[in-house]
Amino acid sequence: MWLVEARTVFGRARIKALLGVLVAVPVFLALAVYLSGGPANGNGPAFVDRVTQNGVFTALAALTVAMPFFIPLAISVVAGDAIAGEASLGTLRYLLVRPAGRARLLAAKGIVVGLFCIVAALVIVVAGLIAGVAFFPHGVVVTLSGTTISFVDGMGRSLLAALIVGLSMFGLASIGLFVSTLTDVPIAAMAVTLGAVIVSAILDSVSEVSFLHPWLFTNYWTAFSDLVRDPVYWHNIGKDLILQAGYVAVFGAAAWARMTSRDVLA
Amino acid sequence: MAVETHGLAKHFGDLRAVDDIDLAVPAGSTYGFLGPNGSGKTTTIRVLLGLVTPTAGNWSLLGQPMPQRSMSTLPHVGALVEGPAFYPWLSAQDNLARFDAMGPDWRSPTRAKRIAEALERVGLTAAAKKKYRAYSLGMRQRLGLAWALLRPVQLLVLDEPTNGMDPQGTREIRHLIRQLGAEGTTVFLSSHLLSEIEQVCSHVGVMHRGKLLMQGTLADLRASAAPKLRVEADDPVRAAEVLARMGMADVAVQGPQLVGTLDGLRPEDCCRSLVEAGIGVRMLLREQLSLEDAFVALTGEGFNVAG
Repeated sequence: MWLVEARTVFGRARIKALLGVLVAVPVFLALAVYLSGGPANGNGPAFVDRVTQNGVFTALAALTVAMPFFIPLAISVVAGDAIAGEASLGTLRYLLVRPAGRARLLAAKGIVVGLFCIVAALVIVVAGLIAGVAFFPHGVVVTLSGTTISFVDGMGRSLLAALIVGLSMFGLASIGLFVSTLTDVPIAAMAVTLGAVIVSAILDSVSEVSFLHPWLFTNYWTAFSDLVRDPVYWHNIGKDLILQAGYVAVFGAAAWARMTSRDVLA
Repeated sequence: MAVETHGLAKHFGDLRAVDDIDLAVPAGSTYGFLGPNGSGKTTTIRVLLGLVTPTAGNWSLLGQPMPQRSMSTLPHVGALVEGPAFYPWLSAQDNLARFDAMGPDWRSPTRAKRIAEALERVGLTAAAKKKYRAYSLGMRQRLGLAWALLRPVQLLVLDEPTNGMDPQGTREIRHLIRQLGAEGTTVFLSSHLLSEIEQVCSHVGVMHRGKLLMQGTLADLRASAAPKLRVEADDPVRAAEVLARMGMADVAVQGPQLVGTLDGLRPEDCCRSLVEAGIGVRMLLREQLSLEDAFVALTGEGFNVAG
């Protein structure tokens, strides 16, 4: 059933447009760096100063650039729309009468939103690798630790970064899914979900509430850069995945409780 | 019973949208669920289909207790609830395919064939590949019906199926409902149009302000309002006195005519009494009341009154 759901979601023009925007991030980044010659070492967003040295870094730089806003935006749209979108169209009642099963439908929606998180990150990385290789030299990759790894290893780590970034979005995705069960207005669910990102990011930057930081779902979003250390530094990535799993458990349960008990009046 | 409820109620705050109703829809019947807009018909249907949790009471569909058996029962129920709803960016056939595949049996070898047949049945074959966005209101309603007919079902729940349709479409749909009834499908048809119910239904339930005022066969509803006698005479005032003395109720003089409720009196006896009293009877008519009169007698209100 989630395959059917995936086909409907990914076949939608809106989703294709969102993925198109994500593809544009590394392409524009590569073009800008190529035309301007790139920032001096140590300047600009993370990885951008390394793009001219090796095309692999285009993918990682694009992930860094897209991380705070573009990816969460895309995920807020897809997650916020999941149930609220069906409710606003009125299709929710026909899905439930079919019967799709309330928990079953929520699970299918959850799987597809999770899949979208990974596809969104993957699209950026794949487009970044292609653009990077097209515009810039490629060969052995100098890691953040100063050692070198093979180009293939660098590509592999970039793809792994996409997976980690995708999984990092699961907390946000489950918040969005939960909010989506609360309302019949998809745009409201999207806005609230995106609002959660903003609040979390602001709290994350306020040192007075540093005790909260390890619990914020945005806190370890940049941990994927630890993949290009030698050896790979797994500590923060591990913490991130555990934290995301916690968010999925809490908000997934809340979404389930709401979904299985709500009156469908739309 | 195809649909059975006991003490079913749904309250929204102070509003008793559905107030303690006991529906009994016999298997194989075409049951007209009649009531003005806002009388609780759609809320009842939502409860029956498990979309809304009732405040009180219990119900069964096709003999199965609900909502416990929804996953095994609902596949045998086709439904059109409060208008059609589809994905605007998908074509008619893709819409039907998606909904069908979201059910318990997501892999179905007969799907394409069933979709083609359902679209054919409602006359949408030519527009099968057209996006739902481009559909007119009447076409959308037809697609909603195609969806309800996509699987061979034992119970069809149709909520105002002819809303927004042109007269030709309305006739086709009524014909289709009659045909389905003849094939043995139980049809639960909600409508605020008495004429629609009168044309296609064998049974009727009348809703008013959340209550089920009566249910039974169409003949029961007709009988529920007593027939009247209309008389035109040379002296209507004296004629009214004679008939009132005989026991006729609600006698009212209207110009040269008078009307009264027969109330068990035989028209021939009334006629003899009038003649014996020396009144010149010009016309004497037993009026079989229309269903609308019966409805008004039940609810005390006319039709299309938002409750």
